[in-house]
Amino acid sequence: MLLFLLKRVGTMILTALCLSFIVFFLTNLPPNLEKIAKYEGNSRMTDEEVTSWLENSGFNQPTLLRYGEWLGVVPGWTNERDDRITGRCISGELTAETAPSFCGVLQGYWGDSRVFREEVSTIVGVRLWMTGKLMLWVMLLMVPSALIIGVLAGMREGSKLDRTLSTVSIATTATPEYVSGVILIAVFASSAVGLKWFKGTATAAMENATFENFFLPVLTISLYGMGYIARMTRASMAEVMTAQYIRTARLKGVSFRNIVLKHALRNALIAPFTVIMLQFPWLLNGVVVVETLFNYKGLGWALVQAAGNNDVDLLLGISVVSVMVVLVTQLISDIGYVYLNPRIRIS
Amino acid sequence: MEPLSWGQIGLQLLIQFIPVWIALALTFALSITYKRRLGLYGKLFDNVIGMVGFGLVMFWVYTALAVGLFDWVVTHDPLSAATGMKNKVPGTPLRGAEDGDYAYYLLGGDTLARDVFSRMVAGAWVVIRIAPLATLFAFMVGITLGLPAGYFGGRLDSALSFAANLILAFPVILLFYLLVTPEMVQTGIPSYMAIVLFLFPIIFLTVLINARYRTQPSRRNLMLAVLLFVLGWAYLSLISDPETRVAFLPERLDLFNIPGGILVVFVSVVFVNAPTVFRIVRGLTLDIKTRDYVAAAQTRGEGPWYIMLWEILPNTRGPLIVDFCLRIGYTTILLGTLGFFGLGLPPESPDWGTTINQGRKLLSIYPHPAIVPAVALLSMVLGLNLLADGLREESLKD
Repeated sequence: MLLFLLKRVGTMILTALCLSFIVFFLTNLPPNLEKIAKYEGNSRMTDEEVTSWLENSGFNQPTLLRYGEWLGVVPGWTNERDDRITGRCISGELTAETAPSFCGVLQGYWGDSRVFREEVSTIVGVRLWMTGKLMLWVMLLMVPSALIIGVLAGMREGSKLDRTLSTVSIATTATPEYVSGVILIAVFASSAVGLKWFKGTATAAMENATFENFFLPVLTISLYGMGYIARMTRASMAEVMTAQYIRTARLKGVSFRNIVLKHALRNALIAPFTVIMLQFPWLLNGVVVVETLFNYKGLGWALVQAAGNNDVDLLLGISVVSVMVVLVTQLISDIGYVYLNPRIRIS
Repeated sequence: MEPLSWGQIGLQLLIQFIPVWIALALTFALSITYKRRLGLYGKLFDNVIGMVGFGLVMFWVYTALAVGLFDWVVTHDPLSAATGMKNKVPGTPLRGAEDGDYAYYLLGGDTLARDVFSRMVAGAWVVIRIAPLATLFAFMVGITLGLPAGYFGGRLDSALSFAANLILAFPVILLFYLLVTPEMVQTGIPSYMAIVLFLFPIIFLTVLINARYRTQPSRRNLMLAVLLFVLGWAYLSLISDPETRVAFLPERLDLFNIPGGILVVFVSVVFVNAPTVFRIVRGLTLDIKTRDYVAAAQTRGEGPWYIMLWEILPNTRGPLIVDFCLRIGYTTILLGTLGFFGLGLPPESPDWGTTINQGRKLLSIYPHPAIVPAVALLSMVLGLNLLADGLREESLKD
C-alpha cells in the first residue's frame, strides 16, 4: 500500500509539472508576450520598443529557464540598466542586496496578477474559498439526490419507476450547464414569465448566501452531474440485486425494504463512490460556466478573467490549483475504492 | 398586421418544417418495413426510447441538410437585421414586409434585430457539419493509438496512457482558452496540431488495407495507390492554407481552405475527445486479446496489425458505436461551450452556443433569444443520448 501511494504521488507530481509547463509554454508564446508588453506599456508600441521592454522585464530568456524561475529552482533574473538593478525577485521594499536569489512557487511566491494588481496567492485563496462554498452545496444537493434516484431505479430493474427515472437521468446528462442555467433563469428569475422565485445573479451570494440567490447556481451545476452518478448507481444496484445473497435473503423471507436497505445498499454504493470522485474535473468545467453565467466571482470567474486578459501568473496559479484538485480526487478515489472493497488488495 | 398567437406560431412552425417531416416519415416508414433485414439498425425500431432518440437526431440532421443544401426551412437571412425588430416577442409581424418576404418573426427578434428562428435552424447546419466529423477524427486517433497500446502493452502503453491522462487532467475550458485564441492561430500551433491529428485517418486506413491484402501485393498496391492519392491530396489541401504558416501547396492544387477559426475549433475538439476514446479502445483491447480467436490468429501466423484491425476491432464495435453516439452529443456540448465563451467561431455565427451567449445578457427581460437555441441544443443532445441508450439495450440482447 505504501509503495502504491508513493508511486501514485510520484506520477501526480510529474503530471502537475508537465501540465504547468504546458500552460507556461502556451501563455508565453511570442504573440502573447507582445500582448503583455502592450498591456503594461502602451498599446501603440513599435516592435523595437516591445523587444526592449521584454528584454528589461526578463522575458527574453529561454522558456525552460523562465519556467525554472517560476518554479523556484533557477535563480531569478536580474538586469542592470542606468545604474538601477531590476530583477524577478526585486520588488517593493526589497533591494538587489536583500532580495533572495530564488523566488518561485517552491518559495511560496506565485507572482502578481496583471489584471487585479494583487498577489496571485491572495486572489487564488479568496476565489478558491468562494468556489469551495459553491462546491460544498453542490455536493450536498447532488450526491444524495443522485444516489436516491439511482437506488430507486436500480432496485426493480425494468419497472415503470426504473424507466421514468432512467429517462430523467439521461435528460439531465444531456443538459449542459449553460442550457439548464439559461432555462432555469428564464423560468424562475425573469420578468417575462413572472415567477421571480429566485435571483438571476449570485453576486450577492458571495457575502451572504441565501436560498433565494444561491439555489439556482447550485441546482444548475448539480443537474448535469446528477444524471451520470444516478445511472452508475442504478447499474451497480441492478447488478447487486441479481447477486446470490440477495436471492438467499429473499427466500428466507426478508422483506423487500430490508433487503434493499440492509443487504444491497452498502455493496451497491462502492462503484458510485469512485464515479463521484472522478466527477470533479467535470464539475470544475461546470463551475466556470455557472460562475460566468451567474456572475459569481469564484475561481472559474477568475480563470475566465485571467485567460481573457492573458494574465500569465494568475492563469498558472489557477491551473495548478485546479489540476491539483483533479489529481488529489483521483488519488482519493483509488484509495477509497480499495478501502471500501476489501476484495481488492493492491500488491 | 396582428401578432400571431401561440397556437398560430406552433402551426406556422409545423408548416415551416414540412420538408423535414416528409423526410422523417419516409425514413421511419422504410426502416420499420425492412427492420428485420437491417441488423442492429433495424432492431432499434423495436425500442421506444431508441426510436424517440433516433427521431430527434434525424430531425436535426434533416433540418440542417434542408437549410444548408436547399435553403428551405429558414424564413429570413440569419445574419441580417430588420429595422424595428429588436428584442420583439415571438410572432411579431415584420415591419415593412415586401412581397416575397416572410411576414413574421416566428420566434421573435434578438438584440441585433435578427430572426431567432432562422438563426436557430441555421445553427443546426453549423453543428451537424462539425460535431460528427470531429468525433470521427477523434475516434480515428483514439483507435490508431489505443489498439497498439492495449495489444503490445509495455513501455508504449505506459507512455501513451500517461499522455492521455495528462490531457484528461486539464480542465477543458482552460485548454480551450489557451488554444482557441487569435494569438494562438497566429503562432501556427493549431495548424501543426492539425498536421499531426489529420494524419491519423490516413495511417489508420493504410494499415487497415495493408494488413488485409498483404498476401495479394498487386491488389494491395492498386488500392493503396488510389487511397493515398485521394486522401493525401485532401490532407495536403486541408492543412495547407495561405493565411497560416503552413502554406506550401500552389494555389491551383489547393482544393479547399478551412477558415482559421473553424480549424482551431475542430482541432481542439478532436484533441479533447481523443484521449477518452483511446482509454476505451485500450480497455476493450486488453479484454479481447485474451480470447481464443486471437490466440488462433496468432497461431496461424497473422501479423499483429492484422489481429488488431481485423480480429479485435470488429469485436469492439458494439461499445464503440454506443460511445460514438454519446460522444457526438458531448462534442455538441463542447462546441456550445466554445460559443458560450465566445471562442473560435465568429461572433455573428448562428451556432447555438454563440447565440445563447448573446442572448443571456438580457435574459431576465427577453428570454426568447437564449431559450430557443438552448432548447434546440438540449433536444439534439438528448436525442443522441436516447439513441445511444437504445442501441446499448438492443446490442446487449444478442
